Amino acid sequence: MRKYPPILLLVILILFPLIVRDHYHQHLMILVLMWVVIGSGWNVIAGYTGQVSFGDAAFFGTGAYTAGLFVTKLGISAWWGMLFGGIAAMAIAFPFGWICFRLRGAYFALATLALNEVMRHIATVWESLTDGMVGILVMQTFVSKVPYYYIALGLAVISIVGVQFIMGSKWGYYFVSIREDQDAAESLGINTHYYKMLSLNVAAFLTGMAGALFMNYMGFIDPEVVFSLHDISIMAILVGIVGGVGTLYGPVVGAFVMVAVHEFFRTGFFGFFKGIAALTGSDMINVFAKYVMQAHVLGFGILVVLVILLLPNGIVGDWNLIVKKIFPVKTRGVTG
Amino acid sequence: MEVFLQTLVSGILKGGLYGLIGMGMSLIMGVMGIINLAHGALMMVGMYVTFACFTYAGIDPYLTIFISMPALFLLGMLIQKYTLNPLMEVDSILPENQVLMTVGIAMVLTEVARFIFSSDYKSVRTSYSGATFFIGDISFSVALVAAFFIAVAFTLSMFWFLLKTDLGRSIRATAQDKDAALLMGVNSKRITILTFGLGSALVAAAGTILMPVYYLFPDIGGPFTRKAFVITILGGLGSTVGAIFGGLTLGLAEAFGATYIGMAYDDMIGLIIFILVLLFIPGGFKRLLKV
Amino acid sequence: MSIFEVKDLVKYFGGLAAVNEVSFKVEKGEIFGLIGPNGSGKTTMFNLISDYFKPTSGKIYFKGEDITGFKTHKICHLGIGRTFQVVKPLGRMSVLDNVIAAAFSRVNTKHDAHHLAMETLEFCELVHRKDVLAKSLPIGERKRLEITRAMATKPELLLLDETAAGLNPNELDSAIELIKRIRDKGVTIIIIEHIMKVIMTISDRIHAINFGQTIAQGTPQEVANSPAVIEAYLGEEYAHS
Repeated sequence: MRKYPPILLLVILILFPLIVRDHYHQHLMILVLMWVVIGSGWNVIAGYTGQVSFGDAAFFGTGAYTAGLFVTKLGISAWWGMLFGGIAAMAIAFPFGWICFRLRGAYFALATLALNEVMRHIATVWESLTDGMVGILVMQTFVSKVPYYYIALGLAVISIVGVQFIMGSKWGYYFVSIREDQDAAESLGINTHYYKMLSLNVAAFLTGMAGALFMNYMGFIDPEVVFSLHDISIMAILVGIVGGVGTLYGPVVGAFVMVAVHEFFRTGFFGFFKGIAALTGSDMINVFAKYVMQAHVLGFGILVVLVILLLPNGIVGDWNLIVKKIFPVKTRGVTG
Repeated sequence: MEVFLQTLVSGILKGGLYGLIGMGMSLIMGVMGIINLAHGALMMVGMYVTFACFTYAGIDPYLTIFISMPALFLLGMLIQKYTLNPLMEVDSILPENQVLMTVGIAMVLTEVARFIFSSDYKSVRTSYSGATFFIGDISFSVALVAAFFIAVAFTLSMFWFLLKTDLGRSIRATAQDKDAALLMGVNSKRITILTFGLGSALVAAAGTILMPVYYLFPDIGGPFTRKAFVITILGGLGSTVGAIFGGLTLGLAEAFGATYIGMAYDDMIGLIIFILVLLFIPGGFKRLLKV
Repeated sequence: MSIFEVKDLVKYFGGLAAVNEVSFKVEKGEIFGLIGPNGSGKTTMFNLISDYFKPTSGKIYFKGEDITGFKTHKICHLGIGRTFQVVKPLGRMSVLDNVIAAAFSRVNTKHDAHHLAMETLEFCELVHRKDVLAKSLPIGERKRLEITRAMATKPELLLLDETAAGLNPNELDSAIELIKRIRDKGVTIIIIEHIMKVIMTISDRIHAINFGQTIAQGTPQEVANSPAVIEAYLGEEYAHS
């Protein structure tokens, strides 16, 4: 019974661009699928292995720039970046993990923050390589969004299936053991340093690939966008925690919700405020609408606070709680 | 030689101020083990309070300390009581939920400030803002010197408070051993709330006295949080005197870096110091590894 | 050659010697007891052996090989298992998963790990609780899980750290019985305890320490009668009674 919803979902996703033709919604779904990949990666290192990363943008941006630089510096197609973007991200993750995994818990998280900022700085100031703030512009391969959609879908499926496979194997047991009690894990013969590295590299690979996809799809990147703390790193965390930390389909649910939330703000509650402003002719509401449209960071911040306080295991993790709240169990009276 | 002395003076004066910035975070981290990534954002709020009081009510910036400190004290207490204390009871699957919470709070504070004041750079300019006096060939900024002495005064008061008063002792007891303190009748929930309030008030004071010689915009919190963290680690968690030491070290490092290496790399240097401190700390090392 | 030897082991924490020149040998197949009042340095010894701390000086030998300073996970692979005084269940995993994680140290496929885990659970009589989340277990079963996990790593030497503390009399008898069965399987055991009944009844030899130093060693009888030991536990007046 549990197998059916995911397969049903997959069928719907495969048919989606054939049914829904407008570019706007196709664009949103491509973003959702991209975030499934990133969220799955974050989930592996943070959710399953318990090493929370605040700086996934470091891997995303590395992947994106790898793809972009393949075009500007090597003259080859940015699609090579899909594979090498992931590898480049691992090249960053490897030394970083080697040095920083001695730090536990929150201090490791702080180190990932620093990594995020360092990568952003490097991309900005190393102008001979990256053109700095000017960014990289790449010719898009396809005019229609549909091929990009299926590539993104493919990546998302690979991520979910891959994570499922990993978590059911020895690696999976080891990752969770490290999360639950690192000292106990060591005493059971688990080389925690090595497995933390593995976990981080898996996350980096997936996130790097997503970054490369972003480069190919959007055609333009710059340091502020792809190394953004709020729009990439924090968003990745939100996808993880809203969906459900340490669950397989959490990132899927999280990606849907977070892209929706982002759009919600960007369009001013889907045009609600603009509509009201037009109806009432009120200037103040117009201004308010403008503010809301730029307020997605505030929305993210509030969401972080609320989710941690009220729904710490995410939608998938706390599903039973949610169901109980919406459909409270009615006790049957004793009747004849 | 002159340049050296000038840099030295500048570093020391800034250092005193930095010590005050770090002290609040050091206290919070030492007593509750909470890494407060909203520290800089709280300072930013204090600075906007000062800005508002000066611009709209004409109050001298230094006097606004009597407004910004209580305001941030209250805000800090509310934050601890309603968002951080609840987390201490829960065994969440998300391991660093407390740090993440402070990140969320920082985001909210920053964006609300942006809403009210916009992203424009703001400043507070008084008659003495640009004033300097000279000792020999070395110029001293009046405002910075005043800030330095106020910071030192606060440090000494905090030192006395923690050592000599009952409340201060309760705070130190909770820092050393929460369970033991509980058994001796210390209400640790109340202590955490008060401590966070105190830490916030201290950083608000720092922000207020910094206003006359600095500029203000909503995103100013981030770099200052980083600095506060570095200062806390250098000085040792929970140590007020240590915070001054850490502040001086950082102030001098930045001053000499700016003079002899150049301003462009200011941010990068700050980041590198942050990373190095994370990796190679003395004193705090054991706690980092076994937490 | 003894299966396990500790030679002149010293550990300073700052200025305090937690372990001060302790030496002993453990023979294959015996149950070797380590006793001492609280704070005497017993658990520190275990932590030194399994590399949670590095010794200030001294050596540790296992099957003739110098293992001083070997990493914790490597020590497990060499054949030394341990339990923790403050139990460390992998809380959000089931009992079975806890043991499977341990079993992976010896086998490589999920199928084999599952098999080894079930075998071990049956041996340790915990199989009826295999699907319970570890964090839901009461203390007696948590301690049993610690032992089961360690056994799934197929140790030749098992370090048991205060497995009896906090157990009621029934659980205590059960635990003693399990330890004897483990010994009968051929596993050498070093057991830390400060509950006299347990350690006196099952140990072949005992080493007593206080303030990090050896105060007596020998058979349980010899150690129980040693004035130094009586003094350490009961105070000076009893030593000379």
